[in-house]
Amino acid sequence: MANPNGIGAPVRRREDQRFLTGRGSYTDDFKRPNMTHAVHVRSPYAHALVKGIDAAEALAAPGVVAVLTGADMEADKVGSLPCGWQIHSKDGSPMKEPGHFPLARGRVRYVGDAVAVVIAETREQARDAAELVVVEYEELPAVASSTRAVEGAAALVHDDAPGNVCYDWHLGDKAAVDAAFAQAAHVARIDLVNNRLVPNAMEPRAALGEYDAATGDYTLTTTSQNPHVIRLLMGAFVLGIPEHKLRVVAPDVGGGFGSKIFHYGEEAVVTWAARRIGRPVKWTADRSESFLTDAHGRDHVSHAEMAMDKDGHFLGLRVSTLANLGAYLSTFAPSIPTYLYATLLAGQYKTPAIYAEVKAVFTNTAPVDAYRGAGRPEACYLIERLVDVAAGVAGLDRTEIRRRNFVPAEAMPYQTPVALQYDTGDFAKNLEIALPLVDYDGFQARKAASRAKGKLRGIGFATYIEACGIAPSNVAGALGARAGLYECAEVRFHPTGSVTVFTGSHSHGQGHETTFAQLVAERFGIPIENVEIVHGDTAKIPFGMGTYGSRSLAVGGSALVKAMDKVERKARKIAAHMLEAAESDIEVKDGRFTVAGTDKGLGIGDIALQAYVPHNFPLDELEPGLDEQAFYDPKNFTYPNGCHVCEVEIDPETGVTEVVAFAAVDDFGRVINPLIVEGQVHGGLVQGIGQALFENCVYDESGQLLTGSYMDYCMPRADDVPSFTVRYHEDQPCTHNPLGVKGCGEAGTIGASAAVMNAVVDALAAYGVTHMDMPATPEKVWRVIQAATPAMAAE
Amino acid sequence: MYAFSYQRPRSLAEAAAALQAEDAKLLGGGQTLLPTLKQRLARPSDLIDLGAIPELKGIREAGGGLEIGAFTRHAEVAHSDLVHRVIPALASLAEGIGDRQVRNMGTLGGSIANADPSADYPAAVVALKGTVLTDRREIAGDEFFTGMFETALEPGEIVRAVRFAAPDKAAYAKFRNPASRYAIVGVFVARFGAEVRVAVTGAGGSVFRAGAFETALAADFRAEALNGLSVGTDGLNADLHASAEYRAHLVTVMAKRAVEAAG
Repeated sequence: MANPNGIGAPVRRREDQRFLTGRGSYTDDFKRPNMTHAVHVRSPYAHALVKGIDAAEALAAPGVVAVLTGADMEADKVGSLPCGWQIHSKDGSPMKEPGHFPLARGRVRYVGDAVAVVIAETREQARDAAELVVVEYEELPAVASSTRAVEGAAALVHDDAPGNVCYDWHLGDKAAVDAAFAQAAHVARIDLVNNRLVPNAMEPRAALGEYDAATGDYTLTTTSQNPHVIRLLMGAFVLGIPEHKLRVVAPDVGGGFGSKIFHYGEEAVVTWAARRIGRPVKWTADRSESFLTDAHGRDHVSHAEMAMDKDGHFLGLRVSTLANLGAYLSTFAPSIPTYLYATLLAGQYKTPAIYAEVKAVFTNTAPVDAYRGAGRPEACYLIERLVDVAAGVAGLDRTEIRRRNFVPAEAMPYQTPVALQYDTGDFAKNLEIALPLVDYDGFQARKAASRAKGKLRGIGFATYIEACGIAPSNVAGALGARAGLYECAEVRFHPTGSVTVFTGSHSHGQGHETTFAQLVAERFGIPIENVEIVHGDTAKIPFGMGTYGSRSLAVGGSALVKAMDKVERKARKIAAHMLEAAESDIEVKDGRFTVAGTDKGLGIGDIALQAYVPHNFPLDELEPGLDEQAFYDPKNFTYPNGCHVCEVEIDPETGVTEVVAFAAVDDFGRVINPLIVEGQVHGGLVQGIGQALFENCVYDESGQLLTGSYMDYCMPRADDVPSFTVRYHEDQPCTHNPLGVKGCGEAGTIGASAAVMNAVVDALAAYGVTHMDMPATPEKVWRVIQAATPAMAAE
Repeated sequence: MYAFSYQRPRSLAEAAAALQAEDAKLLGGGQTLLPTLKQRLARPSDLIDLGAIPELKGIREAGGGLEIGAFTRHAEVAHSDLVHRVIPALASLAEGIGDRQVRNMGTLGGSIANADPSADYPAAVVALKGTVLTDRREIAGDEFFTGMFETALEPGEIVRAVRFAAPDKAAYAKFRNPASRYAIVGVFVARFGAEVRVAVTGAGGSVFRAGAFETALAADFRAEALNGLSVGTDGLNADLHASAEYRAHLVTVMAKRAVEAAG
């Protein structure tokens, strides 16, 4: 009988009991004896020289322990925050990699750049004193947008990055694309902006640094998606602390969406300061700091062209993108608009020639890095908007042009012209499942009904494919990653048969404590209650690359499978010994080890006990214990894919867009927990809809953040979205990992924005609209209607 | 927030006395003041919590209309049978303020004394011939709101209650800021016999009456009567979310919707 909590079971998330009853342990919940509190003094200017810092009054304020600056860090030889990925420009030169110090040294480059840290007995005392630190600034001209940054007269963010260019990179075959355009019957063109977003994890970032003078050991507790990576980056490059003296703990973390992958300066500040002052130091961001200093997402300006033959078959795609990286290089920033973006520009289509140019620039804004989807939503949005325009140019229905150009399932594995090899996928099938879910045939009748009540109705499609399960280390290394991107797992059977799993993946909302436990319960036929999943602590887990890029199950889960394979091999040896049989005669099923052809057998619990009570083991051949560890490095990316369909209704009097229906059909490969998968899709869709209709990060020309709170930065709410129709199919499993899984964490975000905007543009087609940049705010929609109405009235 | 002294007087007289302290501030439901304090944008010496003063509470019929105590929370107005019976449009306005948490804390007096240009209640005070009752005097609703975050209240004066006239027909239509959910434009339309009042909040620096709309609706109380009418863009707010031109347009749209809702 199948395990009721095994693979495929919609097990309720075990961790939710503590989260929903307020019993989670987040970084800010930790209190240490003698702990102090840090508050950062941050630049109010987007660009300025720091001429002097006078901390005398702050130091004299009640409760103040220390005021520390960039000069103090420099004196202690604290290094620059390292960048984990190196890109080379077209001409072969390496990207510009300016210093990025935890506390600024002489110059600040965005509003929120940290200048000093005040440490006091209480947080309020530190805040009071922070206001007393007098910083003398000499304001410099600032540049706040990527398009301004590349203008000749623009201010330079870094003196050693001429033209503000970090790199000018390309991918693909330019000559082949030029040839495709030369023979095109139709060409579709689009200019678009992928709007900048603020991640807004529910839990703000926080860090607690501790130093034990007796042992010389440091501990950093931090809101991280990947504690081992932080230990490596901070220990080796910033503070010079060897791994055996530095423990990094990422306890319960309340959402990340990518923004907690990166190594931030505050982590180094509290760890360094803890030793300097000899007391634990805690820093917790307030929401305003989160808006100013969490790494932002997206921010692309692109031009794209698609060459087609007379029947609308794609011949060539040409893309040029300007990417804003902000003031400094965040940990993975350079990889996002390159290897996680341009490599996805084939989408689901067999476009034979693709050429993409990406110029990445510095601006006086917060750093920009991975945000849920990370490059892939930008690619999907560009392709799917362009394909809709192409349908208009070629005179084809928007579903037909997609069908005509899909990579067929039988062409798998499929090598794209932009470096990736898709392993599996049946894109036409996704579309055919989706169409009846939204009653596509009935759309015209619904549109007419909307029109009768004065409303505009539109329907939009987006197909997406993403490269997840990041990443094959050899591929990542060839593309500029300065680390491998494998994962590690350890499976420890205890003498009485319960199991602790140590995983290098990190759960900050994904539900690993449930999903990973299901894998173990299924494999060994044990109750899920007997399995504990431990993550987020470098002192407990051998190693880990963490959670991002929809990689936990595909890479971390595969490492777990490998470790379970090793446990099973060892258990088989023990069973053979105990049952006095040849190892080759032992059969294993659901955690039972039996001698072939007999009724003699042992459960995994019996074997575990013997492993730790080995009275008569042949010690030359069989070690005691049942505790195995494995590293898994994927052979390829995984390729989740799907088709999203959105239907909107627009009130032309106000310009308000309502999402009235949304269907998502996804191929995530094999699904371990359908309940968690559906939840991930729902959350992703809301984020994608958020970008399309609501969210927008706006800096003014001088580099001040105008959307620095929820009064102005519009998050999507539950009443902004419809009840979603979510379907998945499992008949295209991943071919190269042992579970056949592809990953589901980012899919919703990747497809949704394009589907919404294609629906909005469809609804407005009668007004001559062929494109609108996100977000489709009420005033923006109203204005295009107003602009077109006199012309329509004249017709 | 900065440190302050907290006081919780038991009577209006005690509150007035406490308010004599330098930089003292009255605390109603705290839905504006507390976030302001948390962001260190205000530094009062004393916070005088009005929550324990019986004179500020309660909803009663008065002069054919309603008198609502200043410390009446939005949720109480929204759920009051009396308000639903006498001025249902007022209950509906209160039900649409902010979110559930805001409505359970925010108060009528706090809202009008703060005079946020995008608050909802000012539109009701003006359209429903409101009278603001203070610990010193009565102030006509038309005279109460004098500018952005400015009122006719004198230093140390405390709002005790607001009296609203009961209209024959009324409705409030709001276009919410999608981020903050304050009113980008809110229009309260009320008909009293041959007289129609149209009060607009959110659009300008302070609530104002749309005279041309009132005249048109007095002659013909139908949405169509507003066709072609506009309040114009002079003096209207403009921000990230809505230009003055868009706000002016929305005033007409919301006024029509209020008329339709009033029936």
